[in-house]
Amino acid sequence: MIPFLVCVLLFLFGLYAIVVKRNLIKMIIGFCFMEYAVNLFFAFAGFKREALAPIITDPDMARNFVDPLPQALVLTAIVIGLATTALMLALAMRIYAKYKTFDITEIRRLKG
Amino acid sequence: MDRLVPLFVVLPLAGAFLVPLLAKLWRGLTDITANLVGAVLVGLSVYGLVHLATGSPAVVYKMGGWMPPLGITLVYDSLSALVVLITNLVGFPALLFSVRYLDKFTGRWRYYTLFMLLLAGMNGVAISGDMFNMFVFIEIAAIASYALVAFGTEAEELEAGFKYMVMGEIGGLAILFSIAMLYAKTSTLNMADMSQVLARMGQTPWFWLVLGPMLVGFAIKMAMVPFHSWLPDAHLSAPAPVSAMLSGVFIKVLGVYAMVRVVFNVFGLARATAPAFFNMLVGFGLVSIIAGGLLAITQKNYKRLLAYSTVSQVGYILLGFGIGNHWAIVGALFHMLAHAVTKGLLFLASRSVERQTGSREIGTIGGLEKSMPITAWSYILGSMSLAGVPPFAGFFSKLFIILGAVAAKMYWVAILAALFSTVTLGYLLKVINSVFFSRKGVEPTPAKESPPMMLLAMVMLVVLAFAFGVGFKPVLDWVVRPAAEVLFSGLAYARMVLGG
Repeated sequence: MIPFLVCVLLFLFGLYAIVVKRNLIKMIIGFCFMEYAVNLFFAFAGFKREALAPIITDPDMARNFVDPLPQALVLTAIVIGLATTALMLALAMRIYAKYKTFDITEIRRLKG
Repeated sequence: MDRLVPLFVVLPLAGAFLVPLLAKLWRGLTDITANLVGAVLVGLSVYGLVHLATGSPAVVYKMGGWMPPLGITLVYDSLSALVVLITNLVGFPALLFSVRYLDKFTGRWRYYTLFMLLLAGMNGVAISGDMFNMFVFIEIAAIASYALVAFGTEAEELEAGFKYMVMGEIGGLAILFSIAMLYAKTSTLNMADMSQVLARMGQTPWFWLVLGPMLVGFAIKMAMVPFHSWLPDAHLSAPAPVSAMLSGVFIKVLGVYAMVRVVFNVFGLARATAPAFFNMLVGFGLVSIIAGGLLAITQKNYKRLLAYSTVSQVGYILLGFGIGNHWAIVGALFHMLAHAVTKGLLFLASRSVERQTGSREIGTIGGLEKSMPITAWSYILGSMSLAGVPPFAGFFSKLFIILGAVAAKMYWVAILAALFSTVTLGYLLKVINSVFFSRKGVEPTPAKESPPMMLLAMVMLVVLAFAFGVGFKPVLDWVVRPAAEVLFSGLAYARMVLGG
């Protein structure tokens, strides 16, 4: 239960940064927080105390393995996170070139 | 068909890979490749429908030969077939329209690459039978769409793209968090297997805790009313074919389809077992219809008007699923089809007007019916379909939803839905009157008709909207009803996938 709460807390930290912060870069850091929270939760989901890496060296060995699947999922999620972060930073750079500011309250040419 | 299912994803992905390479040889090759992929995908989706109508109820493709629940399965059932059909039917005309649209941009191959990725992601979401795999496809489509919205790289477009990306990514991460919780509890990712595990657990508080973030994520993707703020800006700023895709298909596949698939087939909810949840859907649907409709009326910019109209029309789809009886769900699925075709058409026609006149404001142009007759009549016929004028497709879809509401004894819902159907007609007439018909005292804006490629794309969509309306009976029997059956059968989905 505690790992779950820690992850939710981290997720909410990220959300807080996105909603409250006015600087684009800080918002992007907020996204990184949220991604890490989810990835951490995946890693916790596969964890078992005193378990082995799931590599079978001896057919008779005790089968007390950690779940390897979440780690594979986390790798995929990290790659997706990389793509989103890169695109978001690229957009932020282009926005800075146009508006000369990272302040979200001054980037308001669209109405509605 | 059994071996062809992965092609829905493989073809556009291969297109995305080939387009940049071929661009080095000759610029025209990128147009040809992308449109070829679009045309073949339309052919494949029609072939798939015929296959499902004549043969087995579903095709289950096991990636790499791993048996479910271990490997990733692709499930092509009637519901997926409908969604894949919608995606590609709008995708191909949008690609045709892009050929001349891109004349004003330099990065032609970049556009097509992103567009192909968008198609690959949306087709993938529709046929995926695995939760995490679905998330990956959602993100492929979403990231491509963020880049496409900002494609013009002007200040407004970048701003809209960033705003859209912030909202969309919060949604995406909420969905991923939900999937992580589901995995932690059920130890499986296969949708069919997961639904059986969930059915054994029952509707505990945890069940709703997991469903919550996921629904928020899908609600953001479908631009349901409290989360709709990204949509008008994104649709306004995106290139017109991308607006057509976003409004016509994207929000339905990533939002509505993904939600109903998860709610009906994985969580196994139905009107009978979770009335509170479905009443909530009805509520949000009505709020979307009303807010979107009223906001659309006040708009001066005709593209933004269409964007708010999308919010309102997605409300109808949600309303149909929320009412949850036979006619309402058939109507909601039919409305997905009808709205995709017509809203795609309206966005393309508006771009055609904007291209020839250079204005996006309603008051500044007029009398285009004489100078651009094909564009004008495409827009008018599309509006009639969207507003629910018989015999177009939009009439039957709304009729079925209202019939469903009456059958469920929700008379006030039926009345509101019918009333706001006239509001739809109202704001579209506003555009038609001022932009296309001449008024006293206003000179017709001088303009030439758009290039033939653009007109072809629009005429294709008009023909589809008309054909789906006139031929609603076969469409209903062969395409929409089987798809509704998949939703009604609920957890039978699991038996179909695991048994097949």
